[in-house]
Amino acid sequence: MITIDEKLCKGCNICTEFCPHHVYEESENLNKKGVHIPVPENEERCTKCQVCSLLCPDQAIKVDEEDEN
Amino acid sequence: MEKTRESRFMKYLRKDRLPNIFCAGCGNGIVMNTFFNGMEMAEINMEDVVLVSGIGCSSRIPGYVKCDSLHTTHGRPISFATGVKLANPDRNVVVFSGDGDAAAIGGNHLIHGARRNIDLTVICINNSIYGMTGGQISPTSPQGSYGSTAPYGSLENPFDLSKLVTAAGASYVARWTTAHPLQLSSAIKKGLKNKGFSFIEVVSQCPTYFGRKNRMKSPLDMMQWMKEESVVKRKADRMDVAELEGKIIVGDFQKKDAPEFSERICQLSSEKCPLEKPSAVRSAYRGD
Ligand SMILES: Cc1ncc(C[n+]2csc(CCOP(=O)(O)OP(=O)(O)O)c2C)c(N)n1
Ligand code: SF4
Repeated sequence: MITIDEKLCKGCNICTEFCPHHVYEESENLNKKGVHIPVPENEERCTKCQVCSLLCPDQAIKVDEEDEN
Repeated sequence: MEKTRESRFMKYLRKDRLPNIFCAGCGNGIVMNTFFNGMEMAEINMEDVVLVSGIGCSSRIPGYVKCDSLHTTHGRPISFATGVKLANPDRNVVVFSGDGDAAAIGGNHLIHGARRNIDLTVICINNSIYGMTGGQISPTSPQGSYGSTAPYGSLENPFDLSKLVTAAGASYVARWTTAHPLQLSSAIKKGLKNKGFSFIEVVSQCPTYFGRKNRMKSPLDMMQWMKEESVVKRKADRMDVAELEGKIIVGDFQKKDAPEFSERICQLSSEKCPLEKPSAVRSAYRGD
């Protein structure tokens, strides 16, 4: 499961661009903070490689490990 | 339950200070993650780490981390870190510094730290500009690049920091970019494990100043540029100067065994100490 913390995300969408499996899409609408949040639209493609959580400059992404539920 | 919904790095951070002050898409936050990742790979605990920084956007990183840290004066983190290491030789002392902090005002401390081969890990976030003060040209700004002090493009020859620090005597030197988070993490791991002066240069993005002034509108443009223009050192060694124009050479620049400064100081102190016990020397430092 992928969780984006909207309190921390600044909408840079580095995850959207650099996820090797194109899991994310940039939302079209602005949220309350005026930010285009990334949405894990294609979550079924996620291999839990954790590249997005390593690249997120705001520590806003949580990708569950295999053994978490 | 709440806890599991947080980034795997949240346990290292002072949550009450978040969100961080960095602009959207700034590379500083990525370097922070790769440091945590490299530290986990090196199997080092945060309790054994001391973070030291100077002044600049990049130098604000230690303020977000739950550990012993020093936020010092502009250009001087390596001097403070030298003192911390000599007084506490068992701690892993890590310096976060910008290209302005490390190579302009702090250039002397950098080369002398490397010359002594003191056991510090210096992570230099090289965004080719002064971010905090509004986009002035730094000693690493590429010739021809624009900044608020170079409206017609910089005339100066930039420093190649990794080569400079290698020549000055550091025992581990590597360069990567924020578009190489896995390689960067493992370079940080190697730097932490190296007993001696380790210098990890991270070519990074300041989208607010370097990007906007140099026709790269977004952090994504900047990261694509770093990814596309990077050449690994082994390949670069076989290319000529013309082919390397505008390229970022990445990889290990130096990896050697060399005598380390804090160990030699400790040894000398115990030799000259009438009690002949390093522990006596250490307790003298602490005053107990
Ligand atoms: C002695 C002193 N001189 C100048 C300054 C102003 N100053 C603050 S940060 C900075 C440069 C920051 O650039 P860099 O180290 O590359 O860090 P960045 O903000 O790009 O991460 C300067 C010149 C200062 N704080 N102290
Ligand atoms: S000014 Fe540049 S270096 Fe400073 S936080 Fe913004 S993007 Fe990062």
